Amino acid sequence: MTMQTLIIKRIAKITFTSPINIGALYTSLIFNNVLNLIIPWLLGVIIDSVLTSGDTKRIIFYSLTIIIISIFRGGFAYMQSFFSELISQKTAYILRNSLYEKLQELSFTFHDKNKTGDLMSRCTADVEAIRMFVQVGFLRVSQTILILIGTYCILLITNWRLGILSMIVIPIIVVRSTIVNQKMRKIWTFIQTTNGIMSTILQENLSGIRVVKAFGAENFEKKKFKRITALIKASSITGSRIQSSNTVFNVLLFSATIGLILWYGSQEVLLQRLSQGELASFIFYLGIVQMPIRMSGWILNSFSRATSAGYRVFEILDTPSPVRNSPRAKKITDVQGHIIFKNVSFEYDESHKVLSNISLEAKPGEKIALLGGPGSGKTSLVHLIPRFYDVTNGSIEIDGIGIREITLKSLRKNIGLVMQDVFMFSASIGENISYGVPNATIDEIKHASAIAQLDNFITSLPNGYETQIGERGITLSGGQKQRLAIARTLLLNPPILILDDATSSIDAATENLLQNDLKKVMQGRTVFIITNRLNSILEADQIFVLSKGLIVQNGNHRDLISQKGLYSDMYQIQFNSGDI
Amino acid sequence: MYRHSHSNSTSNLNSFQENLDKSYNYNIIIRLLLYSKPYLRELFLSIATMFIYALANVAQPWIIKSFIDSLASPGQQNEGEPAKLAILFLIAVLIGSVTNYIHMMSISILSQKVLCDLRNDIFKQLQVLPISFYDWTGVGRIMSRAQNDVSQLQEFLSISVSGIADLVSLIGIIIAMVFLDLKMSLVILFFIPLLSIIAIIWHRFSWGTFILVRQAISYVNGNLQENISGIRAVQSLNREHHNMNSFEELNNTHLKANLKSAKLSAGLMPIVEISTSTAIAITLIIGSSALANGTIELGIVVAFVLYIQRFFDPIRNLTMQYTQLQRSMASGVRIFELLDTPSDSEISNSLVEKSIKEFTGQVSIQNLHFHYTPDVKVLKGINIDIKPNETIAFVGSTGAGKTTLINLIARFYKPTKGNILIDNLDINSINLTTLRKHIAIVPQDPFLFSGTIKENIIYNREFLTEVDVINTCKLLGLHEFINELNQRYNTKLEERGENLSLGQRQLISFARAIISKPKILILDEATANIDSLTEQLLQKALETIISFQTTIIIAHRLSTIRKADQIIFLEEGSIAEKGTNADLIKKRGKYFELVQTYFSHKA
Repeated sequence: MTMQTLIIKRIAKITFTSPINIGALYTSLIFNNVLNLIIPWLLGVIIDSVLTSGDTKRIIFYSLTIIIISIFRGGFAYMQSFFSELISQKTAYILRNSLYEKLQELSFTFHDKNKTGDLMSRCTADVEAIRMFVQVGFLRVSQTILILIGTYCILLITNWRLGILSMIVIPIIVVRSTIVNQKMRKIWTFIQTTNGIMSTILQENLSGIRVVKAFGAENFEKKKFKRITALIKASSITGSRIQSSNTVFNVLLFSATIGLILWYGSQEVLLQRLSQGELASFIFYLGIVQMPIRMSGWILNSFSRATSAGYRVFEILDTPSPVRNSPRAKKITDVQGHIIFKNVSFEYDESHKVLSNISLEAKPGEKIALLGGPGSGKTSLVHLIPRFYDVTNGSIEIDGIGIREITLKSLRKNIGLVMQDVFMFSASIGENISYGVPNATIDEIKHASAIAQLDNFITSLPNGYETQIGERGITLSGGQKQRLAIARTLLLNPPILILDDATSSIDAATENLLQNDLKKVMQGRTVFIITNRLNSILEADQIFVLSKGLIVQNGNHRDLISQKGLYSDMYQIQFNSGDI
Repeated sequence: MYRHSHSNSTSNLNSFQENLDKSYNYNIIIRLLLYSKPYLRELFLSIATMFIYALANVAQPWIIKSFIDSLASPGQQNEGEPAKLAILFLIAVLIGSVTNYIHMMSISILSQKVLCDLRNDIFKQLQVLPISFYDWTGVGRIMSRAQNDVSQLQEFLSISVSGIADLVSLIGIIIAMVFLDLKMSLVILFFIPLLSIIAIIWHRFSWGTFILVRQAISYVNGNLQENISGIRAVQSLNREHHNMNSFEELNNTHLKANLKSAKLSAGLMPIVEISTSTAIAITLIIGSSALANGTIELGIVVAFVLYIQRFFDPIRNLTMQYTQLQRSMASGVRIFELLDTPSDSEISNSLVEKSIKEFTGQVSIQNLHFHYTPDVKVLKGINIDIKPNETIAFVGSTGAGKTTLINLIARFYKPTKGNILIDNLDINSINLTTLRKHIAIVPQDPFLFSGTIKENIIYNREFLTEVDVINTCKLLGLHEFINELNQRYNTKLEERGENLSLGQRQLISFARAIISKPKILILDEATANIDSLTEQLLQKALETIISFQTTIIIAHRLSTIRKADQIIFLEEGSIAEKGTNADLIKKRGKYFELVQTYFSHKA
């Protein structure tokens, strides 16, 4: 089966999830079009009966029949239009939900490699392309087929010569459409990929606007952007050239057939093999077929577009998250915080080894400090504990249970990690602090922010904890954001606490206060601290010095200070400069 | 209980609702149409071909009529008449097809060119908007305007033109019908006011619903965007389930709004169908009696039926295009709102801009005041003099105004009061490009672009060579690490440099700043996430270049601070103390107290 068929099948599977809606749609579609096919026949009958008998009473009867049919048709058309919208919107709804769920579940590895702008364009433009296809392509294709078959049957019955004549063009249209589809799909894939790139450039430009401005790089960025928009322009124009030439070609062929039928039909009328009314109804039938033919280019286009969009959407949905619950995974409760790393190695990819053969043990309630230069693997090491990434080799245990045997949810519930980069959600300060515990009370929130030395500041704001952050709200300084992240994590009340350089932007005086309060909070929790400020780890139970992914030294402050090595070097520098 | 007001947080994702009501703004249509001004050739071509196409379409039933008439009275006409008419029909078809092709092509070229211009204009505008704009407006929202809204406009031009086409063929059909048979056409014309009234009433009813759909989708996309950007926080705080529920809710609201509008769109279907067939029925009744009397020919009746079918097409199209037109309108409003956001003119350029070749790096700050919002004053009368090649350190607690101060020196914001002079020139009078060429900043957040390490360091300064890059990296002790990477300087960085550690990103951001040997170097906690050994290396490196430039530093490390020529202690937006390390220690004031806290932890 080709890729395209597979994609369409999957879209169909999602589309056909609700049999009632599909049933309603097809019922209304069939009735609508069958009734539609009766009208030209009636018109033919009317014309013939007028020409032969001139009976006006029957005319009125037929006319009323046409109106009654159209009242029913109106009802069915209403249903058809409504249900095709319903089904297509439902498809988009399901796709959006699945994408959202998948994106939330995918591990950091995926998000490291995929750009937000591109993901957004898949979730919006590509989902919309599929929806359009379901609406116009999928559902209308059945209508087109129904109309074509119905019409040609009637034509064949009425006059087989004319019927065959009117079908001559069908194979030509089919063959051509297959070729056009191939071309269109390539172009759509290109346009959608380029759109993703454009998203990324835009996203990066906006997120890094301070850097752009600081380096006066506005024109440089504009050039970069213009190159992409020009590409999109050119390929879109190529796309529409193919689409319109296809549409026009089909219509031309079709209309030429009408011309042929007119000429040949006239011969038949003259030969008395066809009545005038029948010829007229032929013309009306072809009028009905004209619309689907006109639409064929469009339908084909939406088909090509949807397959390339579907590919991009399913690509995400099919990405297996390397980090997921094992079937044997169980919940953990009453975590003591006994953490053991056994010969842990980790790499992001083959060329990028980060940790090699790390073994360490943190007993419940211990304070563990990690030190090391940039890229020595400190952050990667702590990210392995809540399974943001999975180890490449070795294992990690919490309270004697391998972390892969624990459900992700209960694992992460017991670990509070303050990250280096603090992400703020556009919500109030209170909501940002209680982000991990949505039902926290205001007292709990205040308590957590008091420890983070943030309560005074927040209370001083006119709207207090209701103050909005970011858009239409206040902006926080780097140090304030870090303290908010600490408060947010403390509120989780986790038995295992990880502070990844969580105070780097906080001034010394505030940090002092913070450290004093944190000391109390850290009681009874296993704590991992990554920092470059030695004064905050002098009392740590164990200190691990990392270099290029290896533990090069470990022990407490007293042990390490007496050894020659990185630790004593760092200590000397900070001591001499007065940082300690 | 502290309640999570869901509606509250989502309303922030979108502030367009107040504008959506005004969306049916004719200025927007005119402004959008004005975008096609540079492409008048395409515009005229598409309109002209569309006229011919419409006429060719109107002609077809007429030809069919003559055809049938020629059959009705065989013998009276000559033999070749049907063949001639069939050829005439083919010619009409051919003309129609060719003009239709040209029309579709020129309109799509026009639309794509306009879209491209619009995208570039938006991007251009985004580059000029002041930093303060970005403080308040989230990336997600801007993205949605620059992308989704622009794509919504894709159909705008073709709908506008096909709207004209519909009108032209409507007029053509009416004229043709009047010529064919006056009495019957009068009956049909009666439907025009009737359908117009229905269309107006329908518009009134449906307008609100279509706006709801637009709002709902922007909530959905806003939520999605925020969730993708903040995924690391979401996962570490175990919030997936909660977020999934609120997303599903938004998604569901959108679905419901769509179904409501679907009902309204579908509602026009029966009206059009019944009108069409009533008109046909009336035609048949009138036509057949006339036919029986012999006052009319069969061809006219057939042509009439064909015309009636085409007559209602524009109304049928209305339902399909209406939704799209309204989307375009709403999008147009949002796009122009963005384009019309004033770019703080005094920041982007000034009347007398001076372009300066050489700076000495002397900076003087005079009575500087600043606030982001009037009720929270950030800087209150700052006076500082910095001599060329001096090193200045700002200290003070978070929120004291340190970062704001350096943002003002870099002219990211305009002071509320007071001046900043570089070489005795007000920075507002210096050409912004020149100014930024001589000032380099290493920001708190080391933002890297996706691209190679080399591209990130050279960033926008194409005159720099790989040798410059390597030398700078060697100076910063980065060379060794980069050399170990598979692709070395050509190693690709992921979005925001996610494949590097924060410390490494800070070093690259550092290299990017010093490579061009700026006259003024601003370091905003540029080494916060770097260990002290690496930092010492960095300090040594800096010392070799530091004597050639003025350096302004924000740092929390004493080691960095104490070496400065001047230390400025900021407190709540004012200078509390200033002097050298020795001066301030002697003074035993606030700085001394701060230094004490460093020692208080001593084991």
